[in-house]
Amino acid sequence: MTDTTANAHFFQHEEGHGHHDAHHKPGFFSRWFLSTNHKDIGTLYLIFAITAGIIGGAISGMMRAELAHPGIQYLPAMAHFFHEPAGNDAALHFWNVMVTAHGLIMVFFMVMPAMIGGFGNWFVPIMIGAPDMAFPRMNNVSFWLIVPSFTLLLGSLFVSGGTANGAGTGWTLYAPLSTSGSAGPSVDMVILSLHLAGASSILGAINFITTIFNMRAPGMTLHKMPLFAWSVLVTAFLLLLALPVLAAAITMLLTDRNFGTTFFDASGGGDPILYQHLFWFFGHPEVYIMILPGFGMISHIIATFSKKPVFGYLGMAYAMVAIGVVGFVVWAHHMYTTGLDVNTKMYFTAATMVIAVPTGIKIFSWIATMWGGSIDFRVPMVWALGFIFMFTVGGVTGVVLANGGIDNYFQDTYYVVAHFHYVLSLGAVFSLFAGFYYWFPKMSGKMYSELLGHLHFWIFFIGVNMLFFPMHFLGAQGMPRRYPDYPDAFAKWNGVASHGYEVMAVGMMIFFVNVIYTFAAGKKAPANPWGEGATTLEWTLPSPPPYHQFETLPRID
Amino acid sequence: MTRVKSKLIAVGLGVLALTGAASAQAPAPAAATASPTATATAPASGQAPQILSSANAPAPAPAATATQPAAEPGKTPIPEFYGPTPGIGQPTDQIALQTQVTDLGKFAAWMHNTVLMPIISVICLLVLGLLLWVAVRYNRRANAVPSRTSHNTVIEIIWTVMPVLILLVIAVPSIKLLAAQYSTPKPDITVKVIGHQWYWSYQYPDNGDFEVVSNILKDDEDKKRGEPRQLGVDARMVVPAGAVVKVITTSDDVIHSFAVPAFWIKMDAVPGRLNETWFKVDRPGLYYGQCSELCGARHGYMPIAVEVVTKQQFAQWVAANGGTLKGQPKSPDATANSPISNPPAATASPTPMAGAPSTPTENATAAAQPATTVATTN
Repeated sequence: MTDTTANAHFFQHEEGHGHHDAHHKPGFFSRWFLSTNHKDIGTLYLIFAITAGIIGGAISGMMRAELAHPGIQYLPAMAHFFHEPAGNDAALHFWNVMVTAHGLIMVFFMVMPAMIGGFGNWFVPIMIGAPDMAFPRMNNVSFWLIVPSFTLLLGSLFVSGGTANGAGTGWTLYAPLSTSGSAGPSVDMVILSLHLAGASSILGAINFITTIFNMRAPGMTLHKMPLFAWSVLVTAFLLLLALPVLAAAITMLLTDRNFGTTFFDASGGGDPILYQHLFWFFGHPEVYIMILPGFGMISHIIATFSKKPVFGYLGMAYAMVAIGVVGFVVWAHHMYTTGLDVNTKMYFTAATMVIAVPTGIKIFSWIATMWGGSIDFRVPMVWALGFIFMFTVGGVTGVVLANGGIDNYFQDTYYVVAHFHYVLSLGAVFSLFAGFYYWFPKMSGKMYSELLGHLHFWIFFIGVNMLFFPMHFLGAQGMPRRYPDYPDAFAKWNGVASHGYEVMAVGMMIFFVNVIYTFAAGKKAPANPWGEGATTLEWTLPSPPPYHQFETLPRID
Repeated sequence: MTRVKSKLIAVGLGVLALTGAASAQAPAPAAATASPTATATAPASGQAPQILSSANAPAPAPAATATQPAAEPGKTPIPEFYGPTPGIGQPTDQIALQTQVTDLGKFAAWMHNTVLMPIISVICLLVLGLLLWVAVRYNRRANAVPSRTSHNTVIEIIWTVMPVLILLVIAVPSIKLLAAQYSTPKPDITVKVIGHQWYWSYQYPDNGDFEVVSNILKDDEDKKRGEPRQLGVDARMVVPAGAVVKVITTSDDVIHSFAVPAFWIKMDAVPGRLNETWFKVDRPGLYYGQCSELCGARHGYMPIAVEVVTKQQFAQWVAANGGTLKGQPKSPDATANSPISNPPAATASPTPMAGAPSTPTENATAAAQPATTVATTN
């Protein structure tokens, strides 16, 4: 894709003494807490995302433990930790708190920081041949907003959310459950947490848009720009346009809760459904925000390990643009049972199904990229292959759910849970692991264990499929979401799903062992560990890249 | 057409109610809850003393009686006619949709099973097959020298147009299904379903506007009655078989969602709104659903049980609740009691409709009128 000579003029640790210019390497505190370096901030984001992912994953483990058998087993004991006299309702409320926290953590504090903050920060500037982000100081603000945001969310678990401690509203914060239905400061803390996370993302989006539009290396036109940069560009626009709507919606929640307004309160002339429209106007683009950067990563990985250029580059780029645009006009398919007008429902059915077209273009283009290639099944590649298939499975159930007349059976059942975990937990997360294994040698300068990487993939793959595939069956039989207990008929597949979680957890252990192994005993990574297929600019830099890269801009032919 | 709120003095139903009360101790068929087919035939004799008290539930729970002021307190047990049928109206551990008992449900299930499932399965298998093929054919060993192909306009057009055509194939029945779901036939009865934290209540504006309050049963009570754990309720929503039932949903606190999978219906109950859906079930029996919108701590503990009964059984059930049959005279008892039977409706829409009857006792009935008006004029 590009042919460049990278400038290897980078800061070297040992020679720090000899430098008296901009290459001064900051001390620990300045480097990590006052950072203006896109790679350091990217690293901070990745560490943050992994931490949040461990917490969010642990919560899902607690939920799967409770759901393994019919009846209530562990909930009161779990709730007791957060709420002293854990009565029956407090225990059941704690279930909703876990549902809420798991959703919010995974969306706002795991997937988004990892994809956009982590990989986006690390590799977008490098890929477009820029020395850093356009606004390095604002980049730091973006990261340090998300830390207090997460702190607020975790803190909300320990203050009253109505029935008991914690916000039990679901990640969607539907009014009036989140207003009159949840007394106490917990939901306020969640709202403020989302405000901060939203501000962080908006600043990040502004930064990415400015960087990509203004700081591309000479010769790198938009149509020569690597697809990951394209994906982050589209994502940044989605963030910029969608998050203010969320901010408005949750601000109205806040004033409904605290200042006597009645935006969403029917008794004052408001409408609870208005909140849902506003939320999903943000919420649907949000799901593309979570998956588009993954699309970009997968394109690179497939091309690299097939040793072929991406098939249909322009189609791939504009498919993402199309997904982004159409993603803004399909929001009410999350609201098919709220009492929409029949014509509204028909429109949203049709619009939603349209998204399958650009998505199909991407899937088939990935396969065409591999077609005729010379495929090297390294760890990132197997994750990418897993991604393509799992995302397809999640995508086609999306086509089922897109039908308004079909969805009033599946709405709010485990079928929906299965669907969005296939596109997120097996889509977005697989792309995250693919990207991690692809770029980890570049970021750390060390090679991980190929064997452990493959082992991680296979165990995780089996585990998550055991975990989420039976949820289709539960949904088909009508099991509603967000239930701590269920009729005994659902016991069989819930049991299988919980065992799937155990398998997946073993896979995750292997991942962490592999990361520790890499730092402790990993072999030194060459500048380009992947060979001729890896053509983007990051592979022209040493591993890890210099503290400042491209002081002389690369020139793209 | 005679409205529920018509001036009525007749005593016919009152008599029926009294006979029902008197004969409540009549021996009920032993199989009352075990087999719908057995009991479905029983009321065919059509005699007034046919109130079949559930053999497994000798007396209604005290709470149920207390919350149904329209019924003569402590005198008339609310009859239950059917127990659950394995595999129908309740979940199983099968890999399939629940058995559908409405025409729309059958149509939707057909669309899911014979249009959508084959299409999505073929797409998944196609993608899987292609992935496996490239993995075998184009791996490093099998194909050492990669091609440099990166464009093929024909194939790109094909994989853009083909999905469009597939989506059109899906869209046709999908739009048809939506249109059918929104074309409510002339309703035979309207039930106003009100979600509360955390129970349901069912108002029958066509039947004297009594209200049934429906709470989840405890596990041991479910066991005693032979109902599935988590699904049994102390007072069911009862509707006649073969009747077009218009369901109006609303809520008096947070959003709930009224869902019965076997009917393929799910409609959110939103405070301040009246949502409408409908179903028509021919097969008498008991059908379960569960609240399907997160509504707080006991969201998982407000099941829905819809009992579809024969017309005669429905008449008995309505009478036992102190109500009247549509178009039939209102019993004096029911009229007298109706004001206290529906306070939620009164708060939901306090404005009487134009032309509403002026007698104070019937204003409360009129309060539920937005729903009823839609239902009866449609």
